[in-house]
Amino acid sequence: MTAAVEAHEVTRTYQLDGLAVPALRGVSLTVPAGDYAAIVGPSGSGKSTLMHLLGGLDRPTTGTLLLAGRDVAGLGPADLAALRNRTIGFVFQAFHLLPRTSAVDNVALPLVYAGLRAGERRRRASDVLDRVGLGHRLKHRPNQLSGGEQQRVAIARALVTSPSLLLADEPTGNLDSATGAEVLALLEELNRESGVAVVLVTHDHEVAARARRQIRMRDGRIVAGGDPS
Amino acid sequence: MRFAEAWRVALDALRANRLRTGLTMLGVVIGVAAVVVLVAIGTGAKQEVESQVQGLGSNLLLVVPGKVSFGNAPTISPMTMSDVNAVSRVVGGRDRLTASLSSGETVRVGTASQYVSLLGVLETTPTVFTRDLAQGGYLTRSDVDTARRVAVLGWGVAQRLFGDRDPVGLQMDVAGVRFRVVGVFAKLGQSLGVDRDDEVHIPLTAAQRLLGTSRVDALAIKAPDGSRIGELGDQVVAELTQRHPGIEFSAVTQDQILGVLGQILGVLTGVLAAIAGISLLVGGVGVSNIMLVSVRERTREIGLRKAVGARPRDITVQFLIEAVLLTTLGGVTGMGLGIGAALLVAALSPVPAAITWWSVTLAFGVSAAVGIVFGVVPAQRAGRLDPVIALRTE
Ligand SMILES: Nc1ncnc2c1ncn2[C@@H]1O[C@H](COP(=O)(O)OP(=O)(O)OP(=O)(O)O)[C@@H](O)[C@H]1O
Ligand SMILES: [Mg+2]
Repeated sequence: MTAAVEAHEVTRTYQLDGLAVPALRGVSLTVPAGDYAAIVGPSGSGKSTLMHLLGGLDRPTTGTLLLAGRDVAGLGPADLAALRNRTIGFVFQAFHLLPRTSAVDNVALPLVYAGLRAGERRRRASDVLDRVGLGHRLKHRPNQLSGGEQQRVAIARALVTSPSLLLADEPTGNLDSATGAEVLALLEELNRESGVAVVLVTHDHEVAARARRQIRMRDGRIVAGGDPS
Repeated sequence: MRFAEAWRVALDALRANRLRTGLTMLGVVIGVAAVVVLVAIGTGAKQEVESQVQGLGSNLLLVVPGKVSFGNAPTISPMTMSDVNAVSRVVGGRDRLTASLSSGETVRVGTASQYVSLLGVLETTPTVFTRDLAQGGYLTRSDVDTARRVAVLGWGVAQRLFGDRDPVGLQMDVAGVRFRVVGVFAKLGQSLGVDRDDEVHIPLTAAQRLLGTSRVDALAIKAPDGSRIGELGDQVVAELTQRHPGIEFSAVTQDQILGVLGQILGVLTGVLAAIAGISLLVGGVGVSNIMLVSVRERTREIGLRKAVGARPRDITVQFLIEAVLLTTLGGVTGMGLGIGAALLVAALSPVPAAITWWSVTLAFGVSAAVGIVFGVVPAQRAGRLDPVIALRTE
């Protein structure tokens, strides 16, 4: 079975006013299907940068990156978008739900770009909302939902295309600890039951401790928990 | 992304910011309305002039001394009654032509008076020009030969001077001389703000005596068939030039008059449309500006859409549709307003207005095109946004 993501000696250097800022200095990482990994590390160590690469939102400066077995270097922006749509789900710290849009329509958004008809989109979106425990909140708008509920809507959106990899960058960062725990429990349950690989970034060691493996980063490198080599 | 979905998203975005949408649309609304109204007025004026020139009769040839061109002062005519007789031999009979001597005079009946355009003419005028009578008869050959003081009145003159009375057989005063009314023309109405019912026709000879001249201002000839009209004009001009060496004469046909007037009005309509077009352009710049603001405001939304699988094209199309929707909605509103305003102008003022399908279609097409042209830069900018940066934007 192909790994969800494979990164080989990946670097990412930002250009800032003509100055090269190396955010990743050579990272190799394989996320097998169904994996559950937590990335930890100090602020500025490159965790978010790595997540963007793993999710195909960004491209490495050097190195090879395979998403669902395909080398991103050979993919155009449209192909990459299609690949994100089918194989990857994102959960953001800031939820990033569309305002003025109901929960069910927010969840259905990725299906719009998958080319599904409205009826089918609604049906699948309500199914997934049901699964994250929000079957009774379909018509609510983001501003009518609590923070925890909003993040669960975002998780439902990430899952609606049945991706093989779910990337969550500090998913509990904007939530109180009790609500955060519920969200994490949900992610664990989804990983266990549907086999979606989960990679999450967290500053919370307890959270990290519950993952199958911990990846420790510092200064743009993985210092512990990388690929067994 | 499905097209219908893009429309729905665009409509939602416009609805979310009604005031701004309305204000942005206003520029396009005004531009399109202006195009429709101004073109309607230009076209209306042209149609009216054409129908008037054509309403005069067919196969007409007008002969005047001097050169016919705009900006030339009219020449004092050297023509007299003997020229009229000579030309009537050239064109094959007196029935084929009429002559005129015109002047502005005051006519009076009791205390009622009116300033009219007085025309001394031949009895053949109604056969050369199309002109119907409402009451009585027209001038006769013997009226002209004996310089009888009889008159045929325009509808408006008869109304003003005689009110409800039948004027036929009654007396009136023309520049201080008594004339007897023999007929009244059928009503023509107003056009381009000019009253066409204020004419008074009297025998050419009587007019010459009244004005103390032997002059004839112009000749009008009805050609037997349209194909020989130019040839006939040349013959008439040759005859007149021979009789008055060194003086130029011109013969113009209806088509030539129509051509010149049509050109002038066409240019006028073009200028009006161009002015209106500029306002449409300004409206387009407003659309472009608002779309750029919209893209900036919705950077995070764009980033999110890209993260969940929107291709650059999907985003570009979405914003382009939004821009086109904005301008076409404005275009439709402007069309409605423009048509309404044109109808109002035509109904309430002497300015004619004719709504033409091409100006309406053009205005609508241009407004949609304005949306594309002015929406494409913001839309492409949106499509190219880096999702990572877009998502980070607060
Ligand atoms: N667009 C950019 N341009 C220039 N430098 C950038 C850009 N994005 C990130 N960086 C730099 O890259 C480095 C890694 O940033 P990244 O966001 O990956 O850190 P992080 O580990 O997620 O930190 P945090 O825990 O605070 O979220 C930082 O030094 C950051 O300043
Ligand atoms: Mg980060």
